Amino acid sequence: MKIDRRSFLTYTTAAVLGGAAGSMLTPAPWKLMDDAAIWTQNWPWTPVPEDGEVTYKQSVCTLCPGGCGINVRLINGRPVKIEGLKDHPVNKGSLCPMGISGLQYLYGPSRVTSPLKREGKRGDGKWKKVSWDEALAAVSGKLAELRANGRPQSVACITGSDQGTIPNLIGRFLTAYGSPNYIRSATAQDAIEQAIYLTQGKQGTPVFDIENADFILSFGSGILDGWGSPGRMFNLYGSQKPAKKIIQIEPRLSDTAAKASQWMGINPGTEAALALGLAHVIIKESLYNKDFVENFAFGFDDWTDENGKSHNGFATMVKKFAPEKVSRITGINKAEIVSLARAFARASKPIAINGRGHGAVAGSIDESLAVQSLNALVGNINKSGGISAIPDSNYAKWPEVNIDEIASKGMQQPRIDGAGSEQFPNTRYLLNRLPVILNAAKGDSPVQALLVTDANPMYTLPDTVATKKAFDRIPFIVSFSPYMDETASYADYILPNHSFLERLQDVPSHAGISRQVISLAKPVIQPTYDTKHVGDSFIHMAKSLGGFVSNAFPWDNYEAFLKETLKNQWRKLNRKGIIEIEHNLPEPLAYTFNTVSTKFEFYPTARDSAKQKKSALPSYTPVPIEGDIQRFKLVLTPYDSIRLAGGYMANAPFMTKTVDDEVLKNQFGLVEINPATAKDLGLKEGATALLTTPKGETTVQVHLYEGIKPGIIAMPRGLGHTAYSEYLAGKGTNINTLIGPIEDPTSGLDMAWGIRAKLIRI
Amino acid sequence: MSSTDQNQTVSPEATPKAAPDSVNPEPKVHESPASKSSGWAVFMFFMIGLVGSLLSGWILFPEILYSKKNQPIDFNHAVHLDMVSDGCESCHYFRDDGSFAGMPNMGDCIDCHEEAQTDDPEEIKFVDEYVTPGIEVPWLNHSKQPDCVFFSHSAHVIGADMSCKSCHGDIGTSEHTRVYEENRLTGYSRDIWGHSISRLGKSRHEDPKPMKMNDCAKCHKEETGHKGACFQCHK
Repeated sequence: MKIDRRSFLTYTTAAVLGGAAGSMLTPAPWKLMDDAAIWTQNWPWTPVPEDGEVTYKQSVCTLCPGGCGINVRLINGRPVKIEGLKDHPVNKGSLCPMGISGLQYLYGPSRVTSPLKREGKRGDGKWKKVSWDEALAAVSGKLAELRANGRPQSVACITGSDQGTIPNLIGRFLTAYGSPNYIRSATAQDAIEQAIYLTQGKQGTPVFDIENADFILSFGSGILDGWGSPGRMFNLYGSQKPAKKIIQIEPRLSDTAAKASQWMGINPGTEAALALGLAHVIIKESLYNKDFVENFAFGFDDWTDENGKSHNGFATMVKKFAPEKVSRITGINKAEIVSLARAFARASKPIAINGRGHGAVAGSIDESLAVQSLNALVGNINKSGGISAIPDSNYAKWPEVNIDEIASKGMQQPRIDGAGSEQFPNTRYLLNRLPVILNAAKGDSPVQALLVTDANPMYTLPDTVATKKAFDRIPFIVSFSPYMDETASYADYILPNHSFLERLQDVPSHAGISRQVISLAKPVIQPTYDTKHVGDSFIHMAKSLGGFVSNAFPWDNYEAFLKETLKNQWRKLNRKGIIEIEHNLPEPLAYTFNTVSTKFEFYPTARDSAKQKKSALPSYTPVPIEGDIQRFKLVLTPYDSIRLAGGYMANAPFMTKTVDDEVLKNQFGLVEINPATAKDLGLKEGATALLTTPKGETTVQVHLYEGIKPGIIAMPRGLGHTAYSEYLAGKGTNINTLIGPIEDPTSGLDMAWGIRAKLIRI
Repeated sequence: MSSTDQNQTVSPEATPKAAPDSVNPEPKVHESPASKSSGWAVFMFFMIGLVGSLLSGWILFPEILYSKKNQPIDFNHAVHLDMVSDGCESCHYFRDDGSFAGMPNMGDCIDCHEEAQTDDPEEIKFVDEYVTPGIEVPWLNHSKQPDCVFFSHSAHVIGADMSCKSCHGDIGTSEHTRVYEENRLTGYSRDIWGHSISRLGKSRHEDPKPMKMNDCAKCHKEETGHKGACFQCHK
């Protein structure tokens, strides 16, 4: 049989057909089809959840100062879910979106996985992995050099909190080293704290007994948008009794306003005027608590000082704030002001609170004082359902620090940020002033080395350009951030801390609940990467510095330090995860305040001594916002949402997923504008526009929103990251790039609530 | 009988065109005996293909599809079963929350095997290579199902009072581990599909039962009268 081309093809075809027919009669094709389907399920990039034993570990969330208890679900030791801890006194099982999506901070790609040393220019993102020994030696070496040159005060440290043993350990390090420049990021709580101090003479954490109040007058506090402890606030909304009223006063219909009993759209920045207007009505109609005002208050009526000089009292001063005038200032109609004042004064347990949105910006002292005065008028100071202050926690005890001569000289230097100076005697930290001071400094920068932990000033400080310029002047920046945030990405060294589920830490609650609650954050998982507890890093550096600095840290590590400082409380804290200290309110008839007059001071004499030229009484002067009104016809205000984290911790990507298309669309942030204003500007829904302020410009899309006052435009905090990971960076605009800080004349804290802006269609 | 004749009758290409071709002298050049495909030959090749694929599909395919692996340790179930009080559940237990622990892990083994108890080389190997360094034994699980399958041991063993044997076969009395046949494509054990590549016939009583979805459905139909809904297992 001779085979040529033609017959070869024939035979081959025959064989193939035979093979095909035969294979249909075998299991092979059917089995392979089945296997192929299963094979596709096993592609290596398909996530497969861990399977195994389910356990729970209790801890406390440290993503914000709220201090909510968490219950972490683990499978085979791997954390897979974060739930609210049911019996935790702060949140009672509730948890905010940030806490729920917290695992993304643990596993996400924005983690710094080992110590890093900068290569190339700052912010270029070129890093060299170094060992812990090398990184710690480099930082200690720099600190030793500055100390040897007699400039320990040129080392500054920015932290996120000043409560608990970690911040105290860092403070102790700075004291022993010789720098007074421990700077904590500011929040609205600072202004409220100061107002309480000025009126009640008590330094401590403000307590708002909201659970027991029946009429909540909120001057823009985002009760449902992340103010205070979000878990606690969710419970408040969840358990609202029909009689409980929440009045929300803010220029924009926020989620909080939408869920409140009543929303009053106010002209932004005029809250103090409204508070004083309400006081005017309450006093005029004699609705105030006479027992409290007559027996326990000072400065209500006109008074004469020891020099014979007569002063206007609060009652006289508020005569200027008649409803007609306040109506013109605030944009709220006169009848509503009067009826609100009556309703507030007649409620059985009214409370007035302030701090805009999350409370990220301190706000003006006048405003906080005016709100405190309202609370005093209804006599709900140190009462159930009222306002009081818990003294700063002192549960941890440690030996005195002995410091050497260099440290002593350093500690005597004035603080760089001006806090506690003659100008701002009652303010403890003024991070917002730092960029301006650094940029204005002649010659060498007053900060030669900056240590940053639990803070992200390059993102959170207003006026990003000025902040960057200021940071450029600092020769040595060290970040302890577990994440590649904006500040870490601008540092010279990153000494990554453990992430929040990996580290041991005591967490004093700082969110206004009426008890002192100290929780213990216990590691729920061993460190995933080559990271180090920030406390251990500082102890290590102290030991490297030697001498008195080393002597101040006789502990081997943070855990030993924690156990020793908590002494006999450690066992209870470790076993129960929590210590609660009841906050005993003073007897109602035995009110004594620590002020000069031993009374609640409507006229805060402590403010008077701060060399204010005008009266110390709260007043309303429009906060001067930046920008020429002719050029910038609109006003841009930032707002906060529970779905976006505007603070030093960025959103978890899951949170960004929950943001509406009216807030973030693709890569564009949307700016909210009233339809009437949009019509005047020729802008339609979804139009792309250039948003310009005196501080910067950005491209935005326009969202028409009836819930914002005409002439005002609003954008959320928490977008526009430039660092972290591809899942966060480049989405929307960081509103801090468009806004500048405005210093409060009394406190020096930032009180900016907006900036002038213009919007042009492009 | 010449091959040409045959070709003209059998070859499909020859029949219709045969008449015109025979008129035209030129194509006759190609009509040499060798140039025509033989009908028998074509059939033969067809059969070669057919039989070849049948053989490879039935015999070679299973050999190629599955790789053969041995367990890291030659485990003796019989010895262990004799020494425990609670049967299979002594090691393959239910956790407090009702979930099934499956293969015991090092934490379970270490209770007895912190040190070798016999001079059995497999036990010594187990202690030296896994217990002492604290490494989990990478057991090859004959019953492992894909991640999308949710199976509750609790519902079957506790709820329906089924014995382990009814699905896993008489593994408890085995003295040596079996060869683990791993599907090269899916990574799962041959046991899931069943040893018979055709899935025909009944498996022996002492053998593990196949565990494909149809097997679940069949048993459910028999026992409960209904195959069950998708979401009972695919959650």
